[in-house]
Amino acid sequence: MEKRVFFRSNWLPWLLLAPQLAVVGIFFFWPAGQALVQSLQQQDAFGTSVTWVGLDNFKALWNDATYLASFQTTVIFSALVTVLGLSIALLLAVFADRVVKGATFYKTILILPYAVAPVVSGLLWAFMFSSSIGVVTYALHKIGFDWNHLLNSNHAMALVVMAAVWKQISYNFLFFLAGLNSIPKALIEAAAIDGARPWRRFWTIQLPLLAPTTFFLLVINMVYAFFDTFAIIDATTQGGPGKATSTLVYRVYFDGFRGMDFGGAAAQSVVLMVIVIALTVVQFRYVEKKVQYA
Amino acid sequence: MTFTRTALAIAAVTAAAFALPAQAATEIQWWHSMDGALNDWVNDLAKDFNASQSEYKVIPTYKGEYDQSMAAGIAAYRANNAPDILQVFEVGTATMMYSKGAIKPVAEVMKEGGVKFDPKSYISAVSGYYTAPNGQMMSMPFNSSTTVFYYNKDAFKAAGLDPEKAPTSWPEVVLAAAKLKTNGSTCPFTTSWMTWAQVESFSTWHNVSYASKFNGFGGLDARLEFNSPLHVRHFENLANMSKQGLFVYKGRAGKASSSFISGECAMFVGSSGSYATIKRDAKFQFAESTLPYYPDVPGAPQNTILGGASLWVMSGKPAANYKGVAQFFSYLSSPQVQAASHQRTGYLPITMAAFELTEKSGFYKKNPGTEVPVNQMIRKTTDKSRGVRLGNFVQIRAIVDEETEQIWTGKKTAKEALDSAVSRGNELLAKFQAANK
Repeated sequence: MEKRVFFRSNWLPWLLLAPQLAVVGIFFFWPAGQALVQSLQQQDAFGTSVTWVGLDNFKALWNDATYLASFQTTVIFSALVTVLGLSIALLLAVFADRVVKGATFYKTILILPYAVAPVVSGLLWAFMFSSSIGVVTYALHKIGFDWNHLLNSNHAMALVVMAAVWKQISYNFLFFLAGLNSIPKALIEAAAIDGARPWRRFWTIQLPLLAPTTFFLLVINMVYAFFDTFAIIDATTQGGPGKATSTLVYRVYFDGFRGMDFGGAAAQSVVLMVIVIALTVVQFRYVEKKVQYA
Repeated sequence: MTFTRTALAIAAVTAAAFALPAQAATEIQWWHSMDGALNDWVNDLAKDFNASQSEYKVIPTYKGEYDQSMAAGIAAYRANNAPDILQVFEVGTATMMYSKGAIKPVAEVMKEGGVKFDPKSYISAVSGYYTAPNGQMMSMPFNSSTTVFYYNKDAFKAAGLDPEKAPTSWPEVVLAAAKLKTNGSTCPFTTSWMTWAQVESFSTWHNVSYASKFNGFGGLDARLEFNSPLHVRHFENLANMSKQGLFVYKGRAGKASSSFISGECAMFVGSSGSYATIKRDAKFQFAESTLPYYPDVPGAPQNTILGGASLWVMSGKPAANYKGVAQFFSYLSSPQVQAASHQRTGYLPITMAAFELTEKSGFYKKNPGTEVPVNQMIRKTTDKSRGVRLGNFVQIRAIVDEETEQIWTGKKTAKEALDSAVSRGNELLAKFQAANK
């Protein structure tokens, strides 16, 4: 049953919508429009000379092999961050859900990393794995594993993924735990009485009921991996070695804010915007259909 | 950092409350990137200047690392809220210089302020870096450093090398590294600032071009040239050293310095500005020496390249502010202030008078090695060694980092990596040229 509200006047709905529209307009459409305009321009750092260059910025990106390579890097990075972040958090949430004694303590500890700023989290991991002073590097070296994220691109990728996942687990954990709590105990007890073992109960009852939460977190984590991780990458590897950990958003940050190439960075953010719109469409048209809302 | 800033803010507020004069002084905003001990130095400079007169008040503000404070300054300029003085690192020189109308050349500021100003009193490698093609000095040299060679005397002694004699040529460096390795060193040689030390400084030290048009000094149409046979030879040499474990890559920017300070790496090329930190933290005997070179290259060694930063005056301020800036700059360039700064920070004395004053005071005798950077810099510069002035330089340096890393990982040969860095960098130069036509 759908409820519908009818407005007699024409202006009232617009008035009620106005604050929301203003916020969206100022904080989304305006900057997005600016990015579009800037992507067609070439300007010096101070903005004193601005020339229209048409699609030159996009052409330059298309011809830049390292830019095309960063698509692959981004896909690998985002997939790893999302899959690892979700599965580890789910595992922890399932365990925490069963803990009876000291549950609050465990939960608080698990939520702590979320309070750490991305760049601090990056520095923390960079220190632990530093080639000359890192404790983890030292320990790994003792057991015969030569860790060197400065030269080994797999190590570098592993490092940024660990730092990014560690930071995001708390958030995922909170939602999974809340999701698990909202599943009626009676369902699980009934299954237990029928003789279902814990693994089977989790697989056939809890996980399907968590689907809406998982879908929501999937979207959030993808967005996180795409947009919020440049500080972590900057603090740990700066996109190196070579361009092995330079994701799309790290390039936008570096070229725009460090290199002051505003036209190029704007073109890159337009590309990113298109990708995210496409992703959102796919997620909500196809993935969401598989999600059962209770 | 936040703590320091809060403390500074409190200090500033308290100071302002106590120092409310009958007649308000003209305030001069100075944004800079000096943190830690260097922040104290900058604050002392401003304090002493403010105490020396009552008309102007210089207010220094820390705005983050070099690239951050530069970005902040540019953003502020776009919002019509720029500081009077902005400290910009040497890499940003071309960006500042070609920014039409955003800055006021320092020569102009000094002339209008009625202050005596002689660009010739500066060490030529320093003043040349900040001088426009028409001979006008654009910014005020402030903290200049250069690349030098450090080595661990204790490690040298243990390996049977003469601790009083640093290797002067690259072949000697290789030999010394081999001996250190045989003696058990896991990192005989390393370098920080791969791009600054091993490409830019390497070029001027051997008097070969880094880029055409006198490394960009001659105009915007300069293109990179650091894939010459000599550059390739140098990186092949480093690649061979890397393969044999004689050279160990320790990361970008200044990351390698901690590996030298910890004693892990025995020989190290780094900034002369690191001297104070190494002296404070290293638990071994060390010495500072001139950079190695290839003896068969004619003209080598020439002079090393400048690093550090200079002070730029932003445009569009009231005339009174410019008068104050001129007074402040004239205070900064006095030999006494210069010499004291040089001895306190390890940065170069940027005028000859300050160098002579420091020499006379016996500072170099008491602190052996501190004269090395000066001697490397005050040699006569040539058109190829005056410095490098290129647009989009921050990104070009990042490209050089990325490409040379491929050499140490074995993915590319020295020639392939340098060729690729040159062609990628040239695209950025073409872009900068188009944007600043």
